[in-house]
Amino acid sequence: MTLTTFAFLVMAVVLVLSAWGVVVAKSPVRSALSLVVNFFVLAFLYFGMNYDLLGISQILVYTGLIMMLFLFCILLLNLGAPDTLFEPSLIKRSLAWFVGGVLVLAVSSQVIGPMATWSTSTPTAPEGFGQAASVGQSLFTGWVYGFEIASVLLLVGIVGSILVAKRRD
Amino acid sequence: MLSFLSAVEANSGDTIGWALLRIGIVLGVVLGIVPGLIWWERRLLSWFQDRIGPNRVGPFGLLQPIADGVKLFFKEDITPATVDRLLYFLAPAIALFPAFTIWAVLPWGPDRRLTPIADVDVGVLYILAISSLGVYGLFLGGWASNNKYSLLGGLRSAAQMVSYELAMGVALGCVILATGSLRLTEVVQQQFEPLWGTVPWMQNWFILTPWGFVAGVIFLITMVAETNRAPFDLPEAESELISGFHTEYSSMKFAVFFMGEYATMFAFSGIFAALFLGGWSPLPFNWEFLAQRATDANLPWLASALSFVGGPIAAPLWMLGKMFGGITFYIWLRATLPRLRYDQLMTLGWKYLLPIAALNFVVVAIWMQFGWAALFGALAVLFLLYINVVLYVSRRRPKDTVPKVQFANPPASTEATIEVTRS
Amino acid sequence: MQTGLTPAPIDWVLLMPLLIVFGTGVVGMCIEMLRPRSNNNAIVATTLLGLAAAAAYLIGTWEYPTIHTFGELFLSDRVAKILQLLIIAITFTTVLYSEGYLRERRLPFGEYYPLLVWSATGAMIMATSTNLLIVFLGLEVLSISLYILAGLSNREQQSQEAALKYFLLGAFASAFLLYGISLLYGATGTTQMEDLRAIWNTPLDKPTVGLLYAGLTLILVGFAFKVALVPFHMWTPDVYQGAPTSVTGFMAAAAKVGAFAALVRFLDYATPMSDAWVPMLSALAILTMTVGNLVALVQKDVKRILAYSSIAHAGYVLVAVVAYGVLSREGSAAQPVSVVYYLIAYSFMTVGAFAVVSLATRGGRERTELNDLNGLWERAPLPAAMMIVFMASLAGIPLTAGFLGKLLIFRDALDAGLVVLAIALAVNSVISAYYYLRIVLATVVQKPALHAPRFANPNAGLVATCLVCGLAIFALFFAAQPVLRELEAPQEVFVHRGP
Repeated sequence: MTLTTFAFLVMAVVLVLSAWGVVVAKSPVRSALSLVVNFFVLAFLYFGMNYDLLGISQILVYTGLIMMLFLFCILLLNLGAPDTLFEPSLIKRSLAWFVGGVLVLAVSSQVIGPMATWSTSTPTAPEGFGQAASVGQSLFTGWVYGFEIASVLLLVGIVGSILVAKRRD
Repeated sequence: MLSFLSAVEANSGDTIGWALLRIGIVLGVVLGIVPGLIWWERRLLSWFQDRIGPNRVGPFGLLQPIADGVKLFFKEDITPATVDRLLYFLAPAIALFPAFTIWAVLPWGPDRRLTPIADVDVGVLYILAISSLGVYGLFLGGWASNNKYSLLGGLRSAAQMVSYELAMGVALGCVILATGSLRLTEVVQQQFEPLWGTVPWMQNWFILTPWGFVAGVIFLITMVAETNRAPFDLPEAESELISGFHTEYSSMKFAVFFMGEYATMFAFSGIFAALFLGGWSPLPFNWEFLAQRATDANLPWLASALSFVGGPIAAPLWMLGKMFGGITFYIWLRATLPRLRYDQLMTLGWKYLLPIAALNFVVVAIWMQFGWAALFGALAVLFLLYINVVLYVSRRRPKDTVPKVQFANPPASTEATIEVTRS
Repeated sequence: MQTGLTPAPIDWVLLMPLLIVFGTGVVGMCIEMLRPRSNNNAIVATTLLGLAAAAAYLIGTWEYPTIHTFGELFLSDRVAKILQLLIIAITFTTVLYSEGYLRERRLPFGEYYPLLVWSATGAMIMATSTNLLIVFLGLEVLSISLYILAGLSNREQQSQEAALKYFLLGAFASAFLLYGISLLYGATGTTQMEDLRAIWNTPLDKPTVGLLYAGLTLILVGFAFKVALVPFHMWTPDVYQGAPTSVTGFMAAAAKVGAFAALVRFLDYATPMSDAWVPMLSALAILTMTVGNLVALVQKDVKRILAYSSIAHAGYVLVAVVAYGVLSREGSAAQPVSVVYYLIAYSFMTVGAFAVVSLATRGGRERTELNDLNGLWERAPLPAAMMIVFMASLAGIPLTAGFLGKLLIFRDALDAGLVVLAIALAVNSVISAYYYLRIVLATVVQKPALHAPRFANPNAGLVATCLVCGLAIFALFFAAQPVLRELEAPQEVFVHRGP
């Protein structure tokens, strides 16, 4: 086992555990913190593949700002552990387990196969993929349309949130 | 594969030994200097306030921080009964983490083997990202303490951090745009060019350029806010929140918070120096150029002196000096300005800093693309438009409307009064 | 630092309608900032002018060649042009009657119009792209505007509840869609539909074939939420009831048009996978039609009836989609004629019906019970008469566009050999006649209660909306030939590549 594989395994385990924690944690703060850990470690997975810009944006945007707002809301509303989230119906719970299990099986069966033959068919990203220069290149050349639509989306969000706040008078 | 490791190796073309050396130097200097900073703050603050300050332990009270440390170390570590144990213990550690990791990209000299620890491709973004993590320790400390003052402190720190992070990001964006690089070493290197591209004997420190001055001032303000220092120390406002997020912390846990704060301040002073104050160059003079001139004028002693001043051996000293100046600025601010009110904080961040930073960003873009003439033309047009709109809007506004004061949480008595007057 | 960035080649002519519509919203927003407090007339006028300009531009460049432009992210072919025109028309008719309704509801928000227009922009983006990511972005532009608009009335809890419900379930649906897209991307490395088709066309013995199916299913679930197919329809009645009526009308028309446009295009490229999705969507279609119609029978609230009716109509359109899928697989259909035709017909009837329902609002309060419409015939005969037309068309009674639309779908379903679907469609049309008749009775025959509040005078805008929609419904029936010819016209797609 190389250092790389080892690092990947450690991060993968932490990722899965923290994702699990998001779902099972009783208190919303713990749940959100698990998500913080998850996003943070995910960034290191990106670093591991040399996607510098992607990883640092992940930390900056998700861990740093978005999750901060999540936590801010949770604290502002002083949310405790909700009792209502518990699903008493056994049928619904087993149905949920079934659907979730099927999805896990479906995805993992697809992923594990290629993973086993990792060494022979390593998918390779183009040179510089996920780094500042190439991300900037593609944002301002091929994907400029999507980039602009995203800015429209943000504009709509800003106007909408101002409208929501303004109506209170 | 792991780029942070490879970056460590790449920038010196050397092995892990050099990397450990780099980390060791930075850690040693930071850990060694932080107590000194505390002493300096107390002495300077006393001076500002016409007091003497700590002067008993050692010469000039220099050993006072050590005495303080010993005291904190041996104090009883009280854990209140109702805290969230895990997070209460983790919070100081989480607070310390960004305070030290942020040093990784800070270059403090020209020698690439010794500094920075990792010359990563996304250095400027790294600073933003790590500094945005700084709030987690405060926030968690506030929440885990299970104390309403601490909770309020945590909330304030979160709101403050998110608000000022944006302005800081846009101010840094100006630097990125102008240098075309996210690498801190590259940013410093570009400041050694001739001033404004025309004055060969001076260096182009960004603080000396018009756009850089605006961006620099904004960065300076936001970095004070990011480190939760006066006048932005709302999260730990002693008078209202009883020290806010660390009310319930004592002994070493408190000391760790304290240390994290000073290490972050120190780091930010260094980053400001690297981004706007020409990094490790002592004064904005082109030392090589001057040395060349001195040689031409047949003054070899002056030439060698000048090369020494601008050379690699003296560089760390200048850097340290600038960081020290930054800390002094922090302390000066604390002694001068009263704490902002919460709404003032938000107004400053969202209504002034962010728009100014954004406008500055546009200015840099226009200047880079079309040159100064186009920029001034565009600014003139914008200004005229702005005046017109303002005149138009202000003419429409009825004169007698007084803006209503709104409280986030109006006191209960106010509502009661309103009810009474209505009935 | 001038780096040589060559942006993707852009064909501005094709893009212009989209830009005009978006720009109209921006201009409206600027006017909102400066407008006098008393009314929104300037914004309404600007919005109407902008929409008319976009429509005129679109018609003016109708014969412009179809070019796949903007880094192959933007495609405005014949169907996309028709759908864009339809979305503009929906927005136009909605804006026409909105101002009177909003004043009656005491909702004087000038931002309403820009948001409406941006929402239309989102729908147009969805109709003009062959890239799943762009479709997703368009969907979000569409949806986020609608979330805000649904909760426009802060005084009424119902409106707030509608907005929140719509927002949460919409986010849920977006997550499904996005997860599906990411699975497809993970399996193939592309989000471009043409590339996906190429990959699907190759023999499916790759180890990741399961991801393709999972991605397809999740994308279909996401779309099913957005167009409100049973069993993903739970949000629809509550949201349609709680949102301001003009918003409901727009939502029922434009959001469905946008989502169906994207769905049809996606399925068009996913033809190689049709073995998987034809049975899935057939089952959904039968379920949607039946449940929608049966539940509508017992509703007492007009907006809820229309909500369930819109669910049922989504089922009808889905039949058309499935039939088109089968036919195009066999190579006997090149364009989704019945889908587009039905969407056009449905949009006009729905916008018109909600416009008339908005008349029931009086004195600043939303009134949507069936008996709130009583006496409309005496007070406002023209809208009431138009209500008969809309209901007749929704029920599929001859001489209306609704009838011809259903006939086309029925024919396509039979052609495609989907007999069960065809029968379900026919039976459901008959069932639906009952509740449409109830609305007509309430509007025309029943007398108002003694102390019922008076109706407001129908303003000119509302009358215009009713007339436009009513005329469109008849025109689509009596002059169907040119429209159908336009829909069936073959076309050649050029790809716009860089220099």
